[in-house]
Amino acid sequence: MIDFKRFSVWQFFLVIMSLPTALALVGVLTSWFNLDEALLSHLFQYVLPSALFNTVSLVIVVVMMTALIGVTSAWLTTICDFPGRRFFVWSLILPMAIPGYVMAFALVGALEYTGSLQTYARDSLGILAIFPEIKSFFGVALTLSLTLYPYTYLLVRNAFQTQGKRSLEVGQSLGLSARQSFFRVSLPLARPWIVGGSLLVIMETLADFGTVAVFNYDTLTSAIYKSWFSLFSFQSALQIASLLLMFVVVVSLLERQSRAKQNFSYQRGETEPSSRIVLSRVQGYLACLFCGCIFSIGFILPIGQLLAWAIPQLSLELTDQFWRYVIGSLSLSLLAMTIITGLALLLAFAARTEKGRLVNWAVRISTLGYALPGTVLAVGLLAPIAAIDHFLADIGFATPILQGSIVVMLLAYSVRFMAVAFSPIESNLLRVTPSIDSASRSLAVSGLGMLRRVHFPIIRVGVLTAMVLVFVDVMKELPITLMTRPFGFNTLAVRIYELSSEGLWQRAALPALAVVLVGLIPVIILMLRADKGQQS
Amino acid sequence: MKNYRLKRGYGVINVALFGLLVAGCSADKDSIAAVSEAVATDTVMDSIVVYSSRKEHLIQPVFAQFTEQTGIAVKYTTDKAGVLIERIKTEGQNSPADLLITVDAGNLGYAAAEGIFQPMKSAVINQNIAAHLRDDKDLWTGLSLRARTIVYSTERVRSSDLSTYQAIGQNQWQGRVCLRTSKKVYNQSLVAMLIAELGETKAEQTVASWVANLAIPPTSNDTKVMQAIAAGQCDIGIVNTYYFGRLQAQQPDLPLALYWPNQADDDNSGVHVNVSGGGILKHSKNPDQARRLLEWLASEQAQGLFAGLNKEYPVISSVAIDPQVISWGDFKQSSLSLSRAFQLQPAAVKLMDRVGYQ
Repeated sequence: MIDFKRFSVWQFFLVIMSLPTALALVGVLTSWFNLDEALLSHLFQYVLPSALFNTVSLVIVVVMMTALIGVTSAWLTTICDFPGRRFFVWSLILPMAIPGYVMAFALVGALEYTGSLQTYARDSLGILAIFPEIKSFFGVALTLSLTLYPYTYLLVRNAFQTQGKRSLEVGQSLGLSARQSFFRVSLPLARPWIVGGSLLVIMETLADFGTVAVFNYDTLTSAIYKSWFSLFSFQSALQIASLLLMFVVVVSLLERQSRAKQNFSYQRGETEPSSRIVLSRVQGYLACLFCGCIFSIGFILPIGQLLAWAIPQLSLELTDQFWRYVIGSLSLSLLAMTIITGLALLLAFAARTEKGRLVNWAVRISTLGYALPGTVLAVGLLAPIAAIDHFLADIGFATPILQGSIVVMLLAYSVRFMAVAFSPIESNLLRVTPSIDSASRSLAVSGLGMLRRVHFPIIRVGVLTAMVLVFVDVMKELPITLMTRPFGFNTLAVRIYELSSEGLWQRAALPALAVVLVGLIPVIILMLRADKGQQS
Repeated sequence: MKNYRLKRGYGVINVALFGLLVAGCSADKDSIAAVSEAVATDTVMDSIVVYSSRKEHLIQPVFAQFTEQTGIAVKYTTDKAGVLIERIKTEGQNSPADLLITVDAGNLGYAAAEGIFQPMKSAVINQNIAAHLRDDKDLWTGLSLRARTIVYSTERVRSSDLSTYQAIGQNQWQGRVCLRTSKKVYNQSLVAMLIAELGETKAEQTVASWVANLAIPPTSNDTKVMQAIAAGQCDIGIVNTYYFGRLQAQQPDLPLALYWPNQADDDNSGVHVNVSGGGILKHSKNPDQARRLLEWLASEQAQGLFAGLNKEYPVISSVAIDPQVISWGDFKQSSLSLSRAFQLQPAAVKLMDRVGYQ
């Protein structure tokens, strides 16, 4: 009887969690009831083939680049020792704090033919054409990879930290070299983290509009916006969006299936920090050079360009209003971070305790919001919210109650960023053996008590990672913030958009720098707190 | 220990809530200040809500002055035009918005076609603003004028080499042209007007010949077009004049100048113009005050500020223009009704897709 009660509560929770996203998805899918054939045939003939090709090739290259950079740098900074390691451990996360489209306009602003670096090289040094063309496929892929690899880096680093030294020792005791045990033991054991990070990267790349727009590189998202804003057909925009969704559903189902029978848990006591592999002198310098290159192109260069733009405009932008944007962004991110991480924790726990098809689908759906372009998601959520407001108006409330309130904002953020918080927590829960759960239940500790007293200490680093990711993502978020913010409420991201969309890059540079600076705070806290438990 | 951790969790939420409160209250303070001034000048207090795709730094100073003079407080939010229109449709009769202000006749036409406006019924607007800058069904009006014209390198091009938009496709400009992306609505409206003037077949040939003359792939904005010309990547391009105005103000020595095309006496078109504008929303709770704001924006005193903030042209001729803008000279504008821009915009977008204008 008691068991049944608990069961239904968790299931109820899962359904509630997936409801808002499900509603938005239904909105997207119902668009197929209304076909504009002339328009669709135009899209299929002239727009979609190249958009689809561009999207797929971009996703593939970005996933490979982020996995390569993320896993390599995580391995180097977690398992090896080399000059500068302590610095790179945290500094390699920093590019994440730069919004994708800011990274794009800063890199393009520095590196294109008319950009500051090329102009300087041409006019002052007389050097011509030593730069590879930044406004190219390579440029888009590089820019996206630089903003997105930290997701993989953070997650995989977490995997290597919790793997325990025994996995490495097992490899070595079987006569494998350090390199062989990396490829045959450590890497396969880190798979859920690598895949989890890569899924986030895929979804982010699919949903991206701002970055590709700077390069005028046409993807499915550009096709969505073209249908909606230029051809005035919101219906066909939604139809293209459902293609995006299908892509993500297929990828995530494949991923789930492929790891269904595997077990990634470990016995407690195995996670004492292993002694690091000390690299040879040359290897050490190469490692340092690798991390240094990533950090220079991904952080120093764009920040340098932003500083060069911001400093002459300081007096224009550094007003009372500016500090209001800072406070708005900071408090919104803190609130969203707390709520979303909390919900993700419950979601991951529910998914662990309950099994079955309903649970699987509820989890899949709740984490799909990340793959939709923010604007489409925001409009999709608006419809059910407006319907509730209409209902409230009919029964006599003064309206609108929900619209333009912070509740709607936080709800929309939860739908959008659930995947970001869920991924690190879920993969860390895999580390907890089912026998721990049984032991805990036999001691009459179950339900939330078990989550708090038994699981939480083990997955602490995963929860911290989730908090940082959500915080930084909310700081950078634009379309939902634009649409759902209360009157007179502004954030740094909104300010960047207003200025940069008018071509005022120089003035947009200061709020962009502020986004990065504020985003640094949780990154630093994460590193300090994560190191307390497990030496980095 | 457990409690301590719990408390810390609440602490974060408290800090965040406090921050929101500060951000919210300080925003309110402005409107309160505006309100108290209004009370002081002894006018009736009221407020309206504006949805705007014109950016905050271009509308806030104008609204502040309106509130000061009339006592009507203005609340506003900004977003992309397409999003605002979709939002207004979804909110339906519960929408708090009274007025939509947006840029580009295409967006205004779309809003009108979606049925979110009500007729303005304003004698002032009908009298002040030329008919081709208004909707023919009285649903919206232009509030500032933007000219999209040719910019050229004064080092490598003589103005006598230039003549019309169509001529940009001539062989002499092979590999010398820079254009902004076709995804920007300004280019869509320009091509829509070409379709209206030349017919679809000829317009398609013209745009295809532009694309064939491109020196570099289309850029993401107008400023980049001008920078590319200044740096020698190309020699001519098409831009909105206010982008030129901003760049000229920053770097007066740039070897660039504007050219007004299609000015010949026997040419019955002219420089392509577009508007930013607005209309009263169908579910406005306050249509009278909304009309008052529109009329005020169309008045002499407001026009200088509204257009001047962005180096655009006022929609009424009696207003003094910014000296920098005057220095670019006078021009004959195309008098095609801007209502046509919306009707032809999808055709224009498809045309540009067909000729491979990215």
